[in-house]
Amino acid sequence: MSAWLAKLNETFIASGYYTLMLEGFKNTMIITLGALAISIVLGSVIATVKYLGDDIPAMKPVVKILDAYVNVIRGIPVVVLLLVFYYIIMKSAEGIVVGVITFGINSSAYMAELIRSGIGAVDKGQMEAGRSLGMSRLQCTKKIIFPQAVRYILPAIGNELIALLKETSVAGYVAVVDITRAGNLVRNNTYDAVNPLLLVALVYLVLVFGLSALLKLMERRLAKNDKR
Amino acid sequence: MISVKDLHKDFEDLEVLKGVTVEIDKGDVMCVIGPSGSGKSTFLRCLNLLEKPTSGQIIFEGDDLTGKNIDLDLHRQKMGMVFQQFNLFPHMSVLDNLTCAPVMLKKIPKEEAEKKAMDLLDRVGLADKAKDYPNTLSGGQKQRVAIVRALCMEPDVMLFDEPTSALDPEMVGEVLEVMKELAADGMTMVVVTHEMGFAREVSNRVIFLDEGVIVEQGTPEEVFGNPKSDRLKGFLAKVL
Repeated sequence: MSAWLAKLNETFIASGYYTLMLEGFKNTMIITLGALAISIVLGSVIATVKYLGDDIPAMKPVVKILDAYVNVIRGIPVVVLLLVFYYIIMKSAEGIVVGVITFGINSSAYMAELIRSGIGAVDKGQMEAGRSLGMSRLQCTKKIIFPQAVRYILPAIGNELIALLKETSVAGYVAVVDITRAGNLVRNNTYDAVNPLLLVALVYLVLVFGLSALLKLMERRLAKNDKR
Repeated sequence: MISVKDLHKDFEDLEVLKGVTVEIDKGDVMCVIGPSGSGKSTFLRCLNLLEKPTSGQIIFEGDDLTGKNIDLDLHRQKMGMVFQQFNLFPHMSVLDNLTCAPVMLKKIPKEEAEKKAMDLLDRVGLADKAKDYPNTLSGGQKQRVAIVRALCMEPDVMLFDEPTSALDPEMVGEVLEVMKELAADGMTMVVVTHEMGFAREVSNRVIFLDEGVIVEQGTPEEVFGNPKSDRLKGFLAKVL
């Protein structure tokens, strides 16, 4: 036990590499939360336009383009997308900026689909009732459909966030020092493979456990406030 | 008030309405009867364009609703609709269900809308349920609230799409009672129904729809007392 503690001290503290690990943790959080923000905004816009545009003939081309966007993004592995953005589309940008944008765009395709399916889960009669009272589609969506869709969407966003967090572990491909890359660097420089990787795994695990617990709490809240 | 001219409606390959022409006058209580699949509900849903007619015209208070530059939302404010499945908004209290459209669309002050809603709610015997949520109500109560919700917009005509078909038998009466009062007040109503008793007693006109066309129409006495076509005779024999 004390031998292990000594090893930990040697690998992280005495060497000063704990600052690198902290830097990596910070970057992982920045990429995850930044990407989540982009994903939610883009995903909501895509989902709403697709939902509302579905029966407006003039909007058909836009809906088609958004469909293509979702399919293309979902069809490309995130690592490949990351490399494409880093080496071709955003050549002069810093890795972390590329990371936030790429993971945001990647996640937005999934986000759009899960928001749309949440909206789709609301009974069709709700929209008809609103329309029959004279509300526009947009008014119905805001006032009637969306408030009901939230309880289907929120848990799914939580799952997407967990997936997103873990996916950012490939950010090292574009020279970002995220927590995974930091652990790998420490491993490389200290010849201690066990502890850096163990720590990296533990950080993800704790974060995911935390998020899951938060999610459960939120779902229980929603169920309690559910007056249906 | 509403003239329907040569109304056709196809769903993909299925022709549901094959040319329906009918006049609905102010104060009419018109019941639409017919076997299931005859196009009754589709006909009703075409009146406020919840279903878009394939061809034909719906002329409501002088405006052609199937026309290009028509503000449908504005016209729908004057056409209340009651659904078989109630379609109350489950995330709002009964009172919010009633006031949400008038406040949003007619810019009526909230207190005023609530006062009106409470008056109407009281008339259907549900004033004590104002703060409750729809899921705590029985089917009959839900449908009465749904009727009040439509009335809160002060419509010129009320459309009923099988309003009692999803109700337990013991709750049918309370809803029909409200509809009877409404008819007695002179409300123009179009009612798709399987309640032949109601059609006979309350309506002044009955339409028998079968396979997408009006097979017979007239006063309840004519339609129920003296059916001419075999199809109507066969239908009545089954339901009466």
